[in-house]
Amino acid sequence: MTSPFMVLPLKRPPQGLSADLAGPLAAFVMVMLVFSLATPRFLSSATFGSVAFQLPELGLLTLAMLLPILTGGLNLAITFTANIAGLTVAWVLHQNGGVNAGPEAFALGVVLALAAGAASGLVMGLVIAFSRAHPILVSLAMMIFLRGLGEFLTRGGDISGFPAFIRPLGHGMVLGVPVPLIVFLACAGLWHLMLSRTRLGFNIYMIGSNSAAARYSGVDTRKVIVLVYTLSGLMCAIAGIIMMARFNSVRVGHGEAYLLITVLACFLGGVDPFGGFGRAVPVVVALVVLQLLSSGLNLLGASQHLATAVWGMLLVAVMVLRWLAGQVAAALERRRRR
Amino acid sequence: MATAQPGAAPAPRPLLSLSDVSVTFGGVKALKGVSFEVMPGEVHCLAGENGSGKSTLIKVITGVYRPDGEARISFDGEVYDHMTPVAAQAAGIRVIWQDLALFPEMSVAENIAFQEVVGGRPRRVDHGAMRETARKVLARLGTSLDLDLPLRDYSIARRQIVAIARALVGEAKIIFMDEPTASLTQAETNHLLDIVRTLSREGIAVVFVSHRLAEVIEISDRMTVLRDGRLVGVYPAKEMTPSRITELMTGRTFDANVRARSHGAAPAVLAVEGLTRPGEFEDVSLVVRRGETLGITGLLGAGRTELALTLFGMRRPHAGTIRLDGKPVRFRSNRDAIRAGIAYLSEDRLSLGLIQPQSIADNLVIASLGKVMTGGLISRRRKEGLVARWVGELGIKIGRQEDAVSTLSGGNQQRVAIAKWLATDPRLLILDAPTVGVDVGARAGIFDIVARLAAEGLAIILISDELPEVYYNADRVLHMARGRIVGEYDPRSVTLPELEAAVYA
Repeated sequence: MTSPFMVLPLKRPPQGLSADLAGPLAAFVMVMLVFSLATPRFLSSATFGSVAFQLPELGLLTLAMLLPILTGGLNLAITFTANIAGLTVAWVLHQNGGVNAGPEAFALGVVLALAAGAASGLVMGLVIAFSRAHPILVSLAMMIFLRGLGEFLTRGGDISGFPAFIRPLGHGMVLGVPVPLIVFLACAGLWHLMLSRTRLGFNIYMIGSNSAAARYSGVDTRKVIVLVYTLSGLMCAIAGIIMMARFNSVRVGHGEAYLLITVLACFLGGVDPFGGFGRAVPVVVALVVLQLLSSGLNLLGASQHLATAVWGMLLVAVMVLRWLAGQVAAALERRRRR
Repeated sequence: MATAQPGAAPAPRPLLSLSDVSVTFGGVKALKGVSFEVMPGEVHCLAGENGSGKSTLIKVITGVYRPDGEARISFDGEVYDHMTPVAAQAAGIRVIWQDLALFPEMSVAENIAFQEVVGGRPRRVDHGAMRETARKVLARLGTSLDLDLPLRDYSIARRQIVAIARALVGEAKIIFMDEPTASLTQAETNHLLDIVRTLSREGIAVVFVSHRLAEVIEISDRMTVLRDGRLVGVYPAKEMTPSRITELMTGRTFDANVRARSHGAAPAVLAVEGLTRPGEFEDVSLVVRRGETLGITGLLGAGRTELALTLFGMRRPHAGTIRLDGKPVRFRSNRDAIRAGIAYLSEDRLSLGLIQPQSIADNLVIASLGKVMTGGLISRRRKEGLVARWVGELGIKIGRQEDAVSTLSGGNQQRVAIAKWLATDPRLLILDAPTVGVDVGARAGIFDIVARLAAEGLAIILISDELPEVYYNADRVLHMARGRIVGEYDPRSVTLPELEAAVYA
């Protein structure tokens, strides 16, 4: 799934353990500094509470986006896969009494939702791996299909009326930590472990850099691609269930605006847009930065739209800074050689 | 146009002359004080093994590389301290690379005349004018092709003619041809030589860049030989024989020891019978024994790599059997082949052999990841240990294990690639062109490793179109042509020139 490998001189030398973390951490420190100087209310538990509750939805979807990007692909269907998963739970609950449905109905719904998410990813993975169609086109097709299917099933409306016991999944706290945040951190930890320590993770990076060379080295590239999109779909389903619990309703199209923000978060987290490089931890830090930025602007009384504009500016600034850093590094290298 | 005739006394003033050209890449000298001269209308051979500096020299002449300090380039009366690609093109310097760099989906006319419409200010594409240009140029070459057919419908030989025609658009004064005969049949080669004679009569100098010169030597005037980045000498072509050329290029005389030994008694590791993939290779039978190095050579397109990929499980044979240690095997993928103990070092190290941007360590363990896992997870300690062991064993010079493999020299990269396969504990190692892009100095080291592995009992297939390589390093040499094995030679009982005569005939 990589572009033909034409520019050979090192695209990016592998960096030390924390080099890809330096950027996001610097951004984190800067955001903290600027906003705590700008408003005394920034450094308060209210800010962090709102961040802690908002982060998980975007975060889970970003984790779903991360794997395909690392292989040099993309999954444009993440938000609608999440919607369909939420819809699946809602449907099972409604079949079993709506607000009066029991926990076992919810459990069944969750299992079916995860299956639906995984199925969406599986189909995309199979098509991408075997037909070699471009992931953007394949996931775009899936996105349109899921949106159409979801809007047809819901007639464009909200589905609500769920039993009270699922509310804590969206709003509850355990030992002072919001439940959605726990779910997100668990998933992020799992992703980190998978990427850094398992055969699948290893192969994802190799395929992302050069799929043909990985295949020549005995990597089952098709299997890896199918797994990547299936896991991506599964993660969307988890996001969909959390979103449903937070809003106490399901609506197809909900979270649609997150789609491109997840890509932004990946790049801010130092993920190579062409695949092969990037880690989970810096992406999580980048997500925190984005969320702090938006909460901080909110505190200053700026509109949500301005926050979005600032996110875009941030990405451009990061690109420019990275380029400058590269220039400086190259100049130092030249001086060292002389 | 100048009037020099092939074979006539060279005109007093050279068309192209370079003196004292050196090029350094990251501390490695690719060219060391080389001088080079071509007369107008001359047919000149630039000879040297892979890695001798031929391509680097052309890239200096065409302005792709900038020579170090002192160099002087004079072309057609102008003196440059370095060329630029634009100046070289404008001055009439053309290169036809081995891959031709054409557009397969575009028509013959578009391929020939596209320079007329690219660059400069935007304007309407005048297809009529393009076709007219193309037709005229082809007529100059005494050829006509259907101008509207897409190029992919034509054979390699015809495409080469299109590439030559494209080079002639505008005022070409000198044309470099990189390995022009590598994939041509004898008849096609003869046609190419006719075209070169025509060009030469028009006063256009032609430089053949090749390590295989038997076919082109007869129409050449002079030959410049490079070895290991240095100028060996300039010789009248008439005085050269294949064995003399090989001697000059390799710096070795023929009594150098061949490594060949007999392995008749050793058990066969690989036995192939009647292996066939229509259009690629036919009825191939061969045996490789324990500790034996079997050389396979032949021209480009002889089916060597296709055969190797079939043995490696990446292609399915149409007919025939493959036996490993006496047992018939049928691979569904190269994973099956790797498990069975077959390793394949790709001829294309840059895009298939190694994953260039990834680390040395990851490249080394990719095919044997199971060995560094404990409880389903990759153990950093075990991985480092395995990598350190192989880096030591093969004498690979690295900075840190996490450095990108692309930061290594060609020779060290190739050692990483070999180590990757040795880590899978293979019984048969297929080396496909193992010295491509490896410095001459580092090649001996690669073959020392190969000899050591063979001595340890590994069965090795050594595929190369560099005849001296297989001659000096293999126990037996198979000659492959048009998909068939057409000859078997024992280096102890033939001389290198005899082998060359057989293969290039």
